[in-house]
Amino acid sequence: MPEPQPLEPSSYVPGGTAELVPADAEILRTGPGGRGPRGPDTTAAPSVAAEERVRSLWSDAWHDLRRNPVFLVSALVILFLVLIALWPQLIAPGNPLDCDLAKAQQGPGPGHPFGFNGQGCDVYTRTVHGARTSVTVGVCATLGVAVLGSVLGGLAGFFGGVGDAILSRVTDVFFAIPVVLGGLVLLSVVTSSTVWPVIGFMVLLGWPQISRIARGSVITARQNDYVQAARALGASPMRILLRHIAPNAIAPVIVVATIALGTYIALEATLSYLGVGLKPPSVSWGIDISAASPYIRNAPHALLWPSGALAVTVLAFIMLGDAVRDALDPRLR
Amino acid sequence: MGPYVVRRLLQMVPVFAGATLLIFLMVNVMGDPVAGLCGERQCDPATAARLKQEFGLDQPVWQQYLTYMGNVFTGDFGTAFNGQKVTELMATSFPVTLRLTIVAILFEIAIGVTLGVAMGLRRGRPVDTGVLLVTLVVISVPTFVTGLLLQLLLGVEWGWIKPSVSWQAGFDELIVPGLVLASVSLAYVTRLTRTSIAENARADYVRTAVAKGLPRHRVIVRHLLRNSLIPVVTFIGADVGFLMGGAIVTERIFNIHGVGYQLYQGILRQSTQTVVGFVTVLVLVFLVANLLVDLLYAVLDPRIRYA
Repeated sequence: MPEPQPLEPSSYVPGGTAELVPADAEILRTGPGGRGPRGPDTTAAPSVAAEERVRSLWSDAWHDLRRNPVFLVSALVILFLVLIALWPQLIAPGNPLDCDLAKAQQGPGPGHPFGFNGQGCDVYTRTVHGARTSVTVGVCATLGVAVLGSVLGGLAGFFGGVGDAILSRVTDVFFAIPVVLGGLVLLSVVTSSTVWPVIGFMVLLGWPQISRIARGSVITARQNDYVQAARALGASPMRILLRHIAPNAIAPVIVVATIALGTYIALEATLSYLGVGLKPPSVSWGIDISAASPYIRNAPHALLWPSGALAVTVLAFIMLGDAVRDALDPRLR
Repeated sequence: MGPYVVRRLLQMVPVFAGATLLIFLMVNVMGDPVAGLCGERQCDPATAARLKQEFGLDQPVWQQYLTYMGNVFTGDFGTAFNGQKVTELMATSFPVTLRLTIVAILFEIAIGVTLGVAMGLRRGRPVDTGVLLVTLVVISVPTFVTGLLLQLLLGVEWGWIKPSVSWQAGFDELIVPGLVLASVSLAYVTRLTRTSIAENARADYVRTAVAKGLPRHRVIVRHLLRNSLIPVVTFIGADVGFLMGGAIVTERIFNIHGVGYQLYQGILRQSTQTVVGFVTVLVLVFLVANLLVDLLYAVLDPRIRYA
């Protein structure tokens, strides 16, 4: 699994090209410049366009999103996932750890629509209960990465100077380490069976991605006239950063974070498949896929159902990110 | 160009040092470096202490790191858990992973670019939308799921390929694993080519070429493609580093004895030297690939000049 990156690779900038591509170029292509009246009549002066169509970037995006079938489908899937992550008993009342070796590798039967896995556990119950770990890991890792990355990247982009230079070099260092490899090295010594070491690892290796985006985004927003105006009026740097720059620079971060959420779920499953992610008492799709792969010939259903659930989940989050990106940045259409 | 290359090489030094130091610290701080040397048993304290002294592990970590790096630059990567030289492991495993990466890159070029061009020229039509959706699905399905499914279908159910690759790992055996390794990047290449072609198809120079009366295929191949492939080439170049580092999953599924396999063994057996050595080389590959991509960028796009 490659490290999470924006879906549309037109925003791809080869590492270490700081001097070829101006720092804000990457953002010029990934994110909207600012808020304000938009739509087909962007060339008109705001006072003329203001009659009825003055919508902020966010309400405009929401207006687009509600009409986008891709967004509706993925949002429905995600809503369902969150529901069964919170209350798996709603549709799977069984205990996922309740296994009977006598039933190992049996196919589907009454009350057990997906059959049994190699340990004789009910595949349906385990697949439904597996949603909780995936959603927890995805949401917590994304929140951690987004907060840490946008604070560090935002401050570096706003204040510049030595701190910015150091941060840029540090992100270069993290980018040079292959993610799966770093996970194997760091997590192979962890014996805890909770989700926290995995989340911690993802935040540790994931923040540079967001920080790079946030930095570029803040640098672009900093050059806007309204920031100059605020500065001329005597606003403090913190006020400028929080009130004027942050609302206009956050959009690319949201887009990348949404797509990254899907890739973190895939990464958790990959690490669990390699045996270093979550450990067996926890129920996870990655663990189940890994456990089912030796019996692939006799009991393919034990492999297919968790794989399908995983793929649909990741797809839903990536499609959501794609739709949000389209809504926030009409230039890419 | 000369001064630029020198400056980029100098910039690589701190990144290389930082990345290797990070991995070195992870391996040393997180694990017990002598634990793997007594096999499955626990080392008795006296032996452990003697081993630690013998390997210089009683010294501070930064000193160990400097000693290790000094050795690496004289070509001494240390010995693995079974007494084999790490360089010997590298000599047997890197060619295998390199072959796998070459197959993957060939797939990216052959399928990704072709599909991308076809889609970019038909932007907005049903074919375009359909393939775009397929690329989304491919990106969403983790590599290990794609790999297991292809292994199940092609290897077990239909018997087209052998489910696991022999130790020689010739090019013919690596076709399906290469496709699996390439899958996610393949989808990215397709999308990138599509966007790039669709953007450039509206450019003035294309209209000029059409107005001149050039035949369609000549406009596409000589004018449109040449300009549109610049970002694609750079993406594929940078992907070499990602693929070699990410091959660990594919190699595990198809039992390929490449870099990923050796690394996995090294981590399982807590062989510090193997892990740090292999990661060091992978980081170098990644950095050099990125440098070459940046230089290639200037060669392909004359608008970019390095001062």
